[in-house]
Amino acid sequence: MAVLVGEDTRVIVQGITGREGSFHTKLMLEYGTKIVAGVTPGKGGQEVHGVPVYDTMEEAVAEHPEANTSIIFVPARFASDAVYEAIDAGMKVVVVITEHIPVHETMKFVNYAKSKGTVIIGPNCPGIITPGAAKVGIMPGHIFKPGPVGIVSRSGTLTYEIAYSLTRAGIGQSTAIGIGGDPIVGLTFTEAMEYFEKDPQTKVLVLIGEIGGDMEERAAKMIEEGRFTKPVVAFIAGRTAPPGKRMGHAGAIIMMGTGSYQDKVKALEKAGVRVARIPQEIPKLVEEVL
Amino acid sequence: MKLFEFEAKDILRKYGVEVPPGVVVGKTDDVEARIKEAGLEPPLVVKSQVLVAGRGKAGGIKLVNSVEEAVETAKRLFETPIKGLKPSYILIEKAIPHDVELYAAIVIDRSERKPVVLASRYGGMDIEEIAREKPESIVRQYIDPFVGLKGYQARLIGKKIGLTGKALASFAMFLQALYRAFVEYDAELAESNPLALVGDKVIPLDARIIVDDNALFKHPELRTARVEESGEYTEWEVKARKLGLAFVELDGDIGVIGNGAGLTMTTMDLVYEFGGRPANFLDIGGGASAELVKTAVGFLMEMPKVKKIFMNIFGGITRCDEVAKGIVKAIEELGGLKKPLVVRLSGTNEEEGRRILREHGLEAYTDPIEAVKRVISL
Repeated sequence: MAVLVGEDTRVIVQGITGREGSFHTKLMLEYGTKIVAGVTPGKGGQEVHGVPVYDTMEEAVAEHPEANTSIIFVPARFASDAVYEAIDAGMKVVVVITEHIPVHETMKFVNYAKSKGTVIIGPNCPGIITPGAAKVGIMPGHIFKPGPVGIVSRSGTLTYEIAYSLTRAGIGQSTAIGIGGDPIVGLTFTEAMEYFEKDPQTKVLVLIGEIGGDMEERAAKMIEEGRFTKPVVAFIAGRTAPPGKRMGHAGAIIMMGTGSYQDKVKALEKAGVRVARIPQEIPKLVEEVL
Repeated sequence: MKLFEFEAKDILRKYGVEVPPGVVVGKTDDVEARIKEAGLEPPLVVKSQVLVAGRGKAGGIKLVNSVEEAVETAKRLFETPIKGLKPSYILIEKAIPHDVELYAAIVIDRSERKPVVLASRYGGMDIEEIAREKPESIVRQYIDPFVGLKGYQARLIGKKIGLTGKALASFAMFLQALYRAFVEYDAELAESNPLALVGDKVIPLDARIIVDDNALFKHPELRTARVEESGEYTEWEVKARKLGLAFVELDGDIGVIGNGAGLTMTTMDLVYEFGGRPANFLDIGGGASAELVKTAVGFLMEMPKVKKIFMNIFGGITRCDEVAKGIVKAIEELGGLKKPLVVRLSGTNEEEGRRILREHGLEAYTDPIEAVKRVISL
């Protein structure tokens, strides 16, 4: 068992002929992810690392009806078009790697996806991995291993850092999801937690947040209200970030009196979550509750 | 990107909103001539165009009763920093006598993932203040982004803040124009505060629009040399933006480079945790090329307040070999290391990256804690 992706995942890579699309197709294939097709408009008929390329999602799905997941490497100006194409082609999960998509566009396709029952992960995210089963993303596969810890994170590289420290400590992961660093993302902390709550493999959840927005506070509320019952360990990035400044991620900004490090830690601790001061403390805190 | 008040008002005017008659002057303009050309009669309001909140209380807005006084005031305001920022422009407007000040704004609600209209009968103070003092007065209306703000919703909001008759119609028209500006300019925020009620119509005395940086490619007309003019950024932040670097200046002396916002912020947090002070936040993002890495390293090497540099890289879409090549290029172009550099490399193509650095006499760390302790000890 795992969350959202696993043995049954069959992937279409949108933007497969680009530099990043092609590079990560290779890495995903090496990891064992079952990639059935790629799509790049105008490049239909080609192959990338043995994967057949189509001009449209419709053609790709017609030839590979088992496809259920797409991953998008399309440049920002064309990325939302690719998202709608994936939703309309019936994908259950759409992972949007692309950074710098205008927030008004994201706001629309996230709402559209919801009305169609599609789960969007991202944008501006590293993707999702169920170690040993499927990697639909750009994370280095070798730093993960199967096990009992679910990870949900707003930051890509921090996820790697923490997963790697868990793996080195001998603690594996059920599924790790990078939900993305934009102000609006598809799958939120609380939605991801609903999946982890139902997953028997997941015994502990590691939540990696950062300043800006109120997703961590909402997660805390969910725990307090008893809607998430497994132990949670957290880390929040940006303790020393000044207010009013955008820290790289479009969503990482303390503004209009919300989104501060202190508020998030307070809310989480009140809900009984152990919050690590540095990422390297996470394995120890996980061991204590495992 | 924050727009100046006069730019936001120009946009609203374009969508049919009546704004106070006014003229924008620069430092070298003949202010008196510009006021007369525009046909403005006193009393006038002289407004410093700086992009900070609470401008009025900080002394950036002055009411004057003659053209001479306006000229004097403008001259003085050009030299008056408002919360540390000196204006490049001053807006001189006809003063609009009014009794009631309303508040109206449209923002993106991150949790609901929808635009939300916020309105209150009690404008003039900022929204945090209204939320504190008159929380019950704030009307919230979520908008379906596919449908947009409908006329009936705008009227309903107007009704809830106590407007009736022609004033209600005027407010509804204003709100729809504000929504149009919000959508067509890809705004994160479109706000008028105060929105004056003058007889039976509303007139925005102030207007604020923040455009999503990721949508600026759709609005090339907004991109004119404004990074320096905004006064929002420090000298080095302006330079960094021109180089395409995601950079924030801080007050310490350890230069920080990371890949990914979360890791870079955490790297700052680590530097603090172990007793150092970061000089900056510099995120090379995902999939950085050697060229970008070279630019980033070269940039911090040149920044005087940076005494040593800590690079914390965990490769995903970023390849450690590209990062290593970039570091080597920077060192070669600078003719050697000008400041101590501590590098931590893990992840994609880590071995190759390590090998490249080793060939050039640099040993990369695997453990960030060891690396951060090392850089602080230098």
